Amino acid sequence: MDVMVHPIKTPGPASAAAAAAAPDSAKIIARSVNVYYGDKHALKDVSVDIPERAVTAFIGPSGCGKSTFLRCINRMNDTIPIARVTGEIRIDDLDIYDSSLDVVQLRARVGMVFQKPNPFPKSVYENVAYGPRIHGHARSKAELEEIVETSLKKAGLWEEVKDRLSDSGTGLSGGQQQRLCIARAIAVSPEVILMDEPCSALDPIATARIEELIDELRANYTIIIVTHSMQQAARVSQRTAFFHLGVLVEEGPTETIFTNPSDKRTLDYITGRFG
Amino acid sequence: MTDQHILKAFDEDLRELSSRLAEMGGLAERLVADSVDALVKRDVLMAQRVIAADDQVDALQRDIEEKAILTITRRQPMAIDLREIVSALRIANDLERVGDLAKNTAKRVLALDGEYQAQKQLRGVKHMADMVLQRLKQVLDAYGARDAERAMDVWRRDGEVDAMYTSLFRELLTYMMEDPRHITLCIHLLFAAKNIERIGDHATNIAETIYYLVVGEVLTEERPKLDTTSITKVSLPR
Repeated sequence: MDVMVHPIKTPGPASAAAAAAAPDSAKIIARSVNVYYGDKHALKDVSVDIPERAVTAFIGPSGCGKSTFLRCINRMNDTIPIARVTGEIRIDDLDIYDSSLDVVQLRARVGMVFQKPNPFPKSVYENVAYGPRIHGHARSKAELEEIVETSLKKAGLWEEVKDRLSDSGTGLSGGQQQRLCIARAIAVSPEVILMDEPCSALDPIATARIEELIDELRANYTIIIVTHSMQQAARVSQRTAFFHLGVLVEEGPTETIFTNPSDKRTLDYITGRFG
Repeated sequence: MTDQHILKAFDEDLRELSSRLAEMGGLAERLVADSVDALVKRDVLMAQRVIAADDQVDALQRDIEEKAILTITRRQPMAIDLREIVSALRIANDLERVGDLAKNTAKRVLALDGEYQAQKQLRGVKHMADMVLQRLKQVLDAYGARDAERAMDVWRRDGEVDAMYTSLFRELLTYMMEDPRHITLCIHLLFAAKNIERIGDHATNIAETIYYLVVGEVLTEERPKLDTTSITKVSLPR
């Protein structure tokens, strides 16, 4: 009896999944940043690179230092008398804690959007026109009008407010007010936009609009968002940094942080196991 | 890992899912053992019991699927929790198929009623079934213990079952050539052997799922394959 058995060739092990991409170019570089509020050591030795034209999410429990760190990036902590910041933060090649630096100029480069929408008690138009006007970005009324229109369009608000530009900004809905604040931030042509829980006061529909907007904006801006919603961080960001007790525990591609984080503290936090 | 959530109800959800799956695993294992027993002993009653009991496996699968979906909706799980649930879904699918395959073997016992009995031919099938059952048991234990290493041991040895199936295939072909009266029996035994071989494949699937569950990465390595029946030739005896 002849028996012919041809062994099937088994291919070798497939190449390991491509290594998670590191940020190609860092827009913001922080090295050994410490923040003290009086005696309280609020942020401990944070070093991180924030990639350009991408969304980085800061997550962590309340009081973990994420907002404190965010506020270092446009020197908002300067407004708190007992706050003291050490270490180094660079945006491109600019040392933002250089004593000769003009903080007003810095804040034009680094815009900020807060938790509660805080439009000025002025017209929709004035809310957006104010920044470019004081920074002298527009040489004529027509140019200013154009900046206002473009900014409102970029913030996805133009269609809703173009016929009511002289109405008060505070009369808009919560979600519209937040987009107005984003338009106001964009109007001075920043490179970086900091967002401190921008959706926590909004309903799910307004939140979805803002998230959609963030996704569009990242083509042109470096965005950092502080959020308490893990799902939001997972949805909108490309990189995520987890803070705990003033320490930056882990930073990496969002996908990795939410599927297979390397630090147990991160895992406990994202899965809701924090004691 | 399924305890210590801030939300106790979440722990409860995951525990429930895990225990349902353990129940399903135990049941599937028993169906496989009973179907082979029924085949070896030509026990029609036992075969009928296996056929009826497969409904329970199917029901458990639907139950697990429903619970898993509900848990995802309610808890929006992340990382290990999400893997727990996805793994439960995948393993339940594999076990459901294992139940179906055992049922198919049992049906063949009914078809063979009154046919010529051949202990010699059965021995090979039984031996292969014992090996697969041991794999199934080990992989289910590995799931219970969340033990990736034990699971990978099953995964690495999948080739042995394939090799045994290939040799059984050849053996049965030869019997059929020797005496055409054996054809009905041998064809049924061949399908039973194929069922068992595929149960082995499902055990290997489960091993891969356990690896994913524990390690957090999908196994990209090609599994060891030794099933060469699709290219096996046996020439006619002269």
